[in-house]
Amino acid sequence: MTDILLSAKDLSVRFGGVLAVNRVSFDVQQGEVFTLIGPNGAGKTTVFNLISRIYTPTSGEITYLGPKGRLNLTQQAPQAVASLGIARTFQNIELFEHASVLHNLLIGRHTHRSSSLLQDLFFTSKVREAELKAREKAEEVIDFLDLQHHRDALVAGLPYGVRKVVELARALCTEPRLLLLDEPSSGLNVEETDDMAFWIQDIQHELGVTVLMVEHDMSLVSKVSDRVLAMNQGEMLAMGTPREVQTDPGVVEAYLGSIDDVSSLRRKVNGYVDAPSPGHTRV
Amino acid sequence: MRFLFKTDYAQDIRLAKHGGHVFWYSALLLLLFVAPWLFAEYWLAQLTLVLIYSVAGLGLMLLAGFTGLFSMGHAAFLGVGAYTHAVMTNAGIPFPIAIVCAAGLAAAVGLVVGLPALRVKGIYLGIATLSFGFIVEEVLARWESVTGGNAGIHIAKPNLFGWVLESGTEFYFLCLVITVTATLGILNLLRAPTGRAFVAIRDSEISAQSMGIHLAYYKTLSFAISAALAGVAGALYAHNLQFISPDQFNILQSIDLLLMIVIGGVGSVHGAFLGAIFLIAMPQVIAQVKDFLPATVGQAPGLQGLVYGLVLITFVLFEPMGLYGRWLKIRTYLQMFPFYRKGMFKRQKSFQKSDRLK
Repeated sequence: MTDILLSAKDLSVRFGGVLAVNRVSFDVQQGEVFTLIGPNGAGKTTVFNLISRIYTPTSGEITYLGPKGRLNLTQQAPQAVASLGIARTFQNIELFEHASVLHNLLIGRHTHRSSSLLQDLFFTSKVREAELKAREKAEEVIDFLDLQHHRDALVAGLPYGVRKVVELARALCTEPRLLLLDEPSSGLNVEETDDMAFWIQDIQHELGVTVLMVEHDMSLVSKVSDRVLAMNQGEMLAMGTPREVQTDPGVVEAYLGSIDDVSSLRRKVNGYVDAPSPGHTRV
Repeated sequence: MRFLFKTDYAQDIRLAKHGGHVFWYSALLLLLFVAPWLFAEYWLAQLTLVLIYSVAGLGLMLLAGFTGLFSMGHAAFLGVGAYTHAVMTNAGIPFPIAIVCAAGLAAAVGLVVGLPALRVKGIYLGIATLSFGFIVEEVLARWESVTGGNAGIHIAKPNLFGWVLESGTEFYFLCLVITVTATLGILNLLRAPTGRAFVAIRDSEISAQSMGIHLAYYKTLSFAISAALAGVAGALYAHNLQFISPDQFNILQSIDLLLMIVIGGVGSVHGAFLGAIFLIAMPQVIAQVKDFLPATVGQAPGLQGLVYGLVLITFVLFEPMGLYGRWLKIRTYLQMFPFYRKGMFKRQKSFQKSDRLK
């Protein structure tokens, strides 16, 4: 199929005795928003780190439809991933703290650099032109995400919510085909989360970028995602539309525990085997 | 107060951002140009030494201040440059060729030292470069057939294809030209993609990598450029003293270089120059003040070391941005008078970092 952008097949990774990801397979279609959900420690970020080549899988493979055709992502060098059109953000924000917002965005243009070291050293007219072009591209992204106000501010002085947007902006500056968002709404307030949802939809519809994200906020997930994959303890639980996955018994169990778990808890707390009387409140 | 009205993206990549820059840096260049006619010979020699240390400082600033890799053995590169240059000059090779070779060899050695930098960082890189410094010092002392061992070697005057620079003034201009060229080169690098990649590596390796920056390439490149500049400085240093021996490139020299950029202000090109001025001016100041101190303090050995140590501690505690950081605050105070408030340069503590590349 030609419209599959990224496909993971039987992906497993083991850290010592921990099987962090266990035989996970999924396809990301071109142009969709695909979300990974699951409780803490489910292996979502690990899947991200496998795609951005920070980790190497123990077994399984990831194929990706790059600009020059389909290739095996697990054989690429970590820094080559960006030039294939995969950009990412980080859960705890990894910006270049002691540089301005604009500087951060320009670093995002690194994969598009055309000058050599020697040309940089003399700042030739070619470098100058490329710099102006990079600036124009960065300004487009600044306009897109309403960052005009913070353009020249140092990242170290920005509030958390703005940093989150700057990180998204930096990822967009690479002109990605696939955007990996690791918990885009974590640490944001309700209003900022709404903005984020709006931007993710814009990125999908206006820029035509495929989005793969990890997210806990279910309202955001159901608002923007086309398909959802639920994971627990490194394994796949369910895949489908947000509604299907949310009502899947396995997923409910992973988040809330099974009926048995709850009743066993009650027995322990209250000290008697029979079901508690209605209206009973735990002390 | 100055308001910059920006109408063009090109304004942001210009070296001189506004009229004030053009005026003051032109004035500085003019002053440096007429310095030989203004200052006595002794002070001109001191100024020459400031320029030489600035070149080495620029290199170390690029490595430590902009790429975030601290080298505790930078005097080794100075030594490699100095000895290469001395040996070649004494063999009758003209100055430009010899200094290019000195820079080249130092850069090659820098490449080799840069390799462990790919695996270790922080204090471990410090230890690795420190031991490298000892190795080079030892090699310079033992390889007697080339370096003359601990007896050292004399070096002939610089010879620019037949034009022998005999006087201090001529040598001063040589140093001035090289310093200005090196500074412009570094400034160009820093406003181009290469310099941005260095800064990216300094601030977050993991996201630099995910932005497509080849960590190994840029780290070794930074080491090589830094070592090349130290090599150039070493060559000039050799000419300045006209005699070099291995003990001039020991750990104390390395610490002086590191002290210079920390006090000047890590992460600013200005800092390399301010640090060099500090490093050269301080012994003079101490010598002047010595006479006014009681004999037990003034004549005590190690007074200079004590003062350096105290100054360093004071800077690390109260002004981590160094002399340049202090100057920025003073300048902002003057520009904004009377609206400057105390916390303006305070930064939020950085947030927790996600797992770094090991």
